[in-house]
Amino acid sequence: MVREITLDNIEHLAIGSAFLGTGGGGDPYLGSLLCREAIAQYGPVPIVRPEDLKDEDNVFVAAAMGAPTVMIEKLFSIEDQHRAVEVLERFLGRTATAIISAEIGGCNSMMPVAYAAMRGLPIVDADGMGRAFPALQMTSFNIEGVACAPMTIADEHGNSVLYQTVTGLKAEELARPVAAVMGASVCMSCYPMTGAQARRAAVPLTLSGAIGIGEAIARGGDPRPPLDRLIDALRAHAYYSDAAVVFRGKITSLERDTTRGWVFGSCTISAMGGADAATGVAEVRFQNENLVVHVNGELRGIVPDLITIVDAETAHAIPTERLAYGQRVAVVACSAPPILTTPHALDVVGPRCFGLDEDYVPVRDLIGECA
Amino acid sequence: MRIGVDVGGTNTDAVLLSGKNVLGAVKRPTSKDVSSGIAEAITALISECAITPDAIDAVMIGTTHFTNAFIQRRELVPVFAIRIGFPAGRGIPPFTAWPDDLKAVVRGGSAMVRGGFEFDGREISPLDEAAILAAVEQARAAGIGQIAVSCIFSQLNPAHETRAAELIAQHAPGMEVSLSSEVGRVGLLERENAAIMNASLRPLAATITSAFRRALAELGIAAPFYISQNDGTLMSADHMQRYPVLTFAAGPTNSLRGAAWLTGASDAIVVDIGGTTSDVGVLIARFPRQSTVHVDVGGVRTNFRMPDILSIGLGGGSLVRETPDGVTVGPDSVGFRLRSEGLIFGGETLTTSDIAVASGQATFGDPARVAHLPTALVEQARGAIDRLIDDAIDRMKTAPGDIPMILVGGGSVLVSATPQGVSDMMRPEHAGVANAIGAAIGQVSGEIDRIYNAPDAASREAALADARAQATEQAIAAGANAVTVEIVNIEAVPLQYLPGGATRVVCRAVGDLALAEVR
Repeated sequence: MVREITLDNIEHLAIGSAFLGTGGGGDPYLGSLLCREAIAQYGPVPIVRPEDLKDEDNVFVAAAMGAPTVMIEKLFSIEDQHRAVEVLERFLGRTATAIISAEIGGCNSMMPVAYAAMRGLPIVDADGMGRAFPALQMTSFNIEGVACAPMTIADEHGNSVLYQTVTGLKAEELARPVAAVMGASVCMSCYPMTGAQARRAAVPLTLSGAIGIGEAIARGGDPRPPLDRLIDALRAHAYYSDAAVVFRGKITSLERDTTRGWVFGSCTISAMGGADAATGVAEVRFQNENLVVHVNGELRGIVPDLITIVDAETAHAIPTERLAYGQRVAVVACSAPPILTTPHALDVVGPRCFGLDEDYVPVRDLIGECA
Repeated sequence: MRIGVDVGGTNTDAVLLSGKNVLGAVKRPTSKDVSSGIAEAITALISECAITPDAIDAVMIGTTHFTNAFIQRRELVPVFAIRIGFPAGRGIPPFTAWPDDLKAVVRGGSAMVRGGFEFDGREISPLDEAAILAAVEQARAAGIGQIAVSCIFSQLNPAHETRAAELIAQHAPGMEVSLSSEVGRVGLLERENAAIMNASLRPLAATITSAFRRALAELGIAAPFYISQNDGTLMSADHMQRYPVLTFAAGPTNSLRGAAWLTGASDAIVVDIGGTTSDVGVLIARFPRQSTVHVDVGGVRTNFRMPDILSIGLGGGSLVRETPDGVTVGPDSVGFRLRSEGLIFGGETLTTSDIAVASGQATFGDPARVAHLPTALVEQARGAIDRLIDDAIDRMKTAPGDIPMILVGGGSVLVSATPQGVSDMMRPEHAGVANAIGAAIGQVSGEIDRIYNAPDAASREAALADARAQATEQAIAAGANAVTVEIVNIEAVPLQYLPGGATRVVCRAVGDLALAEVR
């Protein structure tokens, strides 16, 4: 079991969190640079298991919010993250004893690690999604009744805004325009929790899970194909364990449309015959993240279960904006953490929240013949 | 008449073009100093074509010299980096993630100063001019003569970068300045990296530029010379002296552009088969399709506009082996030792060239030395070669359906039948010097990559019109004949997660060199 985040496994976290980003979540590259600098300066970050949190612990979220195109210009600073957390600490009269990620999939897996290094605090082996989702209210914290607010956002100048909203959705609506005024690349802290709340409301084992997945994909000197190693790592995990390659083939059609701030579209993958058993076509639909996969018209995976398109040879995740005709890919589906699949949770992160006209069916009921 | 020169790692090729005709082509070994190899090639060309130097209107040179120098860490100088944008971006300072060996040579210090812009054009802070001067002092005290200036959203508004350059020119006239807005696009770290790389190459660029000038003068050529850029268009010698980094991807670009010119094809797959690898690229509207991923050069992340090239381990020297699983081809190659190690040249190694000769596709070397090869082996090897090519073409296609293909390069004899997915296979004459032709036919371009605030259809149209006008203006400023300028690409992409219609517009205008129209 990984006990700390070091210069040696930060790359694994980046690769694994890109997989858990299910096509979205943002590129962890810049965040991983920030982590490297922070760990080099402040030392490795200890990982605390959620069950080892004490009731009275104060768990604070660290996250970036904004437009990816702006983030690659303005980059990030830990000091700005510190201001967001500090303002919230002062308001609550509590001091953080542990840091947690709100979203393990994609770039928001990184800032909390860098920030925890600076604070000399442990990072919780958990997050609020176990994957990536496009909005603030789509978290296990919210599903389990932890309030998104009080919430803070901070820019690089020392400006910060504290929100006391009634719902997570309202926090999202009110924060986005202000974040744009602040330059569309801000740091935030939300869902402040006690240790007791975090034990109950966080998705456990996702940080170590991401590192394990990344390690499996990147492992050198292993004769087994990376895709097999990826599936093994998923099956060995507590939640991602109903995992299978649901299709292999080549991208033969791609539709993408950026409207209202989201990338909507679908990707068709055709079987190539030969050694691969797969025949026919698979269709993956996405809204930033991959939402649903059908193989020859039959459902094979649907949100909140995870669907990631990976390079057929390297098993590295391919983000939605980098999909291209002709790529040889595998579609990997795996089970979501159980906290996201209760009837109540499906009202927040289920297929219909993304405008899909289908009901959630657990991936384990769909992948029998692939597994 | 125009001369195109391609300076490769091994050979320097020169071609003479008049309008649509190739009047002559020569190949000479590349010299260590670059310029004497060019002089030798041009001298041979002039004598082969029996022309006088004053008949030449312009000389266009494509070179991989700066790319190679950077990758091999040769002749680089230390650079002081000034980043404008503080307090934004301070968590990831300049030179972050540079390889240690390169940092040891190039990192001459850095400073982050206030200034820079937001995505919507507002200032992050006013430019801190005193901090710029303090940074320049620091650089001067350290004995550094090259400064790279980057600025957040300088693609949107270069004003702070250009003001910094003015200040440096006033207060430290000997310092040379490279601006990120001149060499990169959106993505601060990558654009800044490009500016630093550029600064580290400038003394070498000055040496090479004057060597080119001298070589042409000694040949009695008074015509101006131009250098190929990454995107296949030309820049003046003065511009190359200031921005050598803009030549980094000129090689593959010229090959693709040359293939387009030789065949007249506008949209096609180009397969360039060399000794060790085959490069497969795609032409769209006569220009190479650009890569969308980040490209590492010498271990440094950049976002240059590079052609999207798939390189596979198949060339004229690729090894052919019989294994229990069948016959395999490459990816290793005997490379330039083909002429001693290949069977047809009396060597001991079975290569793809031996297969081409054995199957009667090609006639070079000594066919008798491969007469003993079993037919089954030859057929299986040919099948393996075809599969590699078919697969590479399929990966590079952007849509189902057949597409024309242009075959160039010395190893093109390896291809016997029209590959799968190809409607029409072309093998143009002079395919061996496609690179030099690509240089000779270079046009000039202007490009902008900006973020506009365009919440509605009317402002979106206005943004596109502004982008077109600015790109056209830049092309004319770069030397294009105004009546020939056309917009070859315009894209408007709304930014994710932003209200209010912030839209990134990329627009490119290309025109013929005004000079070439004179005669």
